[in-house]
Amino acid sequence: MPTFTLKINNEKHTVEADADTPLLWVLRDKINLVGTKFGCGIGQCGACTIHVDGSAMRSCLLQVSQAEEMDITTIEGLSEKGDHPVQQAWKDIDVPQCGYCQAGQIMTASAFLNETPNPSREDIRHAMNGNICRCASYNSIEEAVKVAAEKLS
Amino acid sequence: MTPSNKASLSRRSFLKTSALASGGMLIGFNLFNACKPEAKVPLDISKLNFNDFNAFIKISDEGIVTIFSPNPEIGQGVKTSMPMIIAEELDVAWKDVHVEQAALDTKNFKRQLAGGSQSVRLGWKALRQTGATAKQMLVSAAAARWGVDVSECSVKEGIISNSKGETLGYGDVVNEAATLEVPEDVNLKEPKDFKIIGKGKRNVDIDKIITGKPLFGLDYKEEGMLYASVLRPPAFGQILESFDASQAKAMQGVVDVITIGEKARHYLENHLEEDKYNGWTAQMSPSNKVVVLAKSTWDAIKGKKAIKAVWKQDSELESTEMHDKVLLDLLNGNKFETKRKDGNIKSAFAKADKVIERIYESPFLPHNTMEPMNFFASVTPDKVRLIGPVQTPEPAANVVSKMLGRDIDQVSVEMTRMGGGFGRRLYGDFVYEAAEISNSIQKPVKMVSTREDDMTMGVYRPAIKYKIAASIKDGEITGYHLKEAAVNVNMYGLIPHFFPAGAIKNYQVDTANYKSNITTGAWRAPYTNFLASAEQSFFDELAEELGVDRVQLHMDLLEQVKNNPEPNIKYSPERLQGVLKLVVDKSNWGKAASGVYQGLSVYYCHNTHVAEVADIIIENGTPVVQKVTCAVDCGILVNPLGALNQVKGGVIDGIGHAMYSDFGFNKGVPQSNNFNTYQLIRMAQTPKVDVHFVESDIDPTGLGEPTLPPVGGAVANAIYKATGKRLTKQPFMDNLNAKKSIAV
Repeated sequence: MPTFTLKINNEKHTVEADADTPLLWVLRDKINLVGTKFGCGIGQCGACTIHVDGSAMRSCLLQVSQAEEMDITTIEGLSEKGDHPVQQAWKDIDVPQCGYCQAGQIMTASAFLNETPNPSREDIRHAMNGNICRCASYNSIEEAVKVAAEKLS
Repeated sequence: MTPSNKASLSRRSFLKTSALASGGMLIGFNLFNACKPEAKVPLDISKLNFNDFNAFIKISDEGIVTIFSPNPEIGQGVKTSMPMIIAEELDVAWKDVHVEQAALDTKNFKRQLAGGSQSVRLGWKALRQTGATAKQMLVSAAAARWGVDVSECSVKEGIISNSKGETLGYGDVVNEAATLEVPEDVNLKEPKDFKIIGKGKRNVDIDKIITGKPLFGLDYKEEGMLYASVLRPPAFGQILESFDASQAKAMQGVVDVITIGEKARHYLENHLEEDKYNGWTAQMSPSNKVVVLAKSTWDAIKGKKAIKAVWKQDSELESTEMHDKVLLDLLNGNKFETKRKDGNIKSAFAKADKVIERIYESPFLPHNTMEPMNFFASVTPDKVRLIGPVQTPEPAANVVSKMLGRDIDQVSVEMTRMGGGFGRRLYGDFVYEAAEISNSIQKPVKMVSTREDDMTMGVYRPAIKYKIAASIKDGEITGYHLKEAAVNVNMYGLIPHFFPAGAIKNYQVDTANYKSNITTGAWRAPYTNFLASAEQSFFDELAEELGVDRVQLHMDLLEQVKNNPEPNIKYSPERLQGVLKLVVDKSNWGKAASGVYQGLSVYYCHNTHVAEVADIIIENGTPVVQKVTCAVDCGILVNPLGALNQVKGGVIDGIGHAMYSDFGFNKGVPQSNNFNTYQLIRMAQTPKVDVHFVESDIDPTGLGEPTLPPVGGAVANAIYKATGKRLTKQPFMDNLNAKKSIAV
């Protein structure tokens, strides 16, 4: 198997994997960063969302061979102490029910707010539409993104 | 109803204490059952024994309280709310309370499951008494040390004070308290004195969730563990004939390809009849399954795709078209079992001025928990360790022990946090598959499912159809006849006693079913998840037919129940009236702005009373649910923050599945296998849910399910007002010629 060098959360990792391995499984199985979740494998649910060069991407659709040279951030690296304004807002609102999709929600929300500092309600609902929450905590997610936007501004 | 503030259970049998060897006090208690007289509390917390007690509290000599909660957490919030109830009566600061999911010795289980929205309701008294008893023992120890009477002592947040102004922390007296006899009677607080109950507390796992710490089954791993991907028959009714694994075996990451099935057959042949875990093994099939073992999940998934399998037909290959026909035939036939019969339906219908009859239809539904089914198993000559997300650990241990021919003492089960349940993790296919795989290779293994595996190996909500008929005579509903035709299993015994039972003189509930080879089971709010929608739409038609206001119709019917009390009904007419009044008040019922159409629904299930009003608008010819006002009577609100999450989630989940989600079969093959073809509700489709709780001091009831069932009816009734179209078949959007938007 070929090896790849990845920059994840400001650390270099060298991994051995088939070139077509989705970054999601490299993160979870090889680097032990299990905060990035598997939900659908086809980019439809958003549970595996990470930041690539600051933008939200689905790690299930990104092959490891494409990920070299990229600046990758996972939920574990979003903030040092778990206190990114989006994480804080998630805590303030007490968003999670089962909690499984929330890392992906937080990664989508944080990249979105970086690009759109003062979002309207419609902006938020559009930006978060790619992330499924099966517990349907959508009202709380929407509220938390709003709260995070206020914290960031 | 006045709540009792005196403990009433036999205290000796349900609670014991001991002094911990490491310092502090351990309290063992049982939430649901009395304990054996000889039950002992261990001196060492590593030896917690859930045979005698199903939960433990440790109070350390620093005054820190640790609650070992064995109840599975699937997102319903019990890992937070149940400890809150203890902390309240114990009178400690919530910040000094830690909650741990207890590791379990399954040999010793008693009713540890998540299901039926019952954890808080059934645990309420025992949890309070446990906290109150510990508090009383601590106070007695302090009073003895001071040489004062207990009545001179008071407690605030774990600090005991006496009338002279002296103070002692719980930690200071915990070792003495542990040696005292457990008191027979303790006083419970009056609800007005609650300081923790009724105050919103965050999910106890919040920090781990928002930082991505390993919590879930899929996150669990051990050194040397292999990943297993299982190839199952693509259609219900097929079994494996042969396969070629040469290409898969040649792949670098693939360790081996094996088949399983022998142990499952052994169980089916020898133990199924004694299986008291009705349904847990519903999916167990005599077919062999091909298992790819690999060093990573991706290698396992890729390896499975490379298997060339040949399948053969074993039983009928069923299709949705065929299910529709059989269920309608059942509804129109006479093979019913009568579940409740009041008065004489026949005569009421014969004498009626008018009879209204409607058929309501719902599809199969997969659960689609966000975390796909998975489980860890490690089978060695002396131990069987099972770890992962399962709502029912007790059958897991029992079935696996019989399947593998192992002593139950050798089998242990630990539960991880679960990425959703909704009923799916009540069933154990993923557990016994993992166990059989590990048994075969004698190595630790994690069985992983892709979304495609998960959606096509379901224990689905069965397709169900109802025929509801009512007779009207002189402006009154004189008869009500509900017929159910369901795939596999019919409604459970309590449902025929829900509203409108007791409200209509001539009332009958009949059920019939068709046995299918497609596996079905409980799905969030089983049966009522569609029945409520159907009945609440039907009542909307009845009100229109009678020319009375929808709210008034219900209020009048409930008034009749109050005047003619019927001992077998399960709901409270007063409380249903209460939520109706509240929702009317809060939703602006009947006074909606122009262009906004309102629909109402009111329902009782899972011991909780709920009324909902949906506000919809029409946008580009498509109904959009803008807001749902929800009034809930669940008695005392334990954790308002968690309760809000459950209520809002239940409502939106209910709207999503009523409006969008569809699942069919063609020749035994599920017609969707991932979120590009199966629609779950997404944020842009969600209304704001405005929640109002009835203030109450009645003992609490559950919230995991009861807000879901009524909402389909509220939405259908609102759509009727907007479009003049009565929607009787779910998902509604399929019947509105609306544009489908599934994928993102």
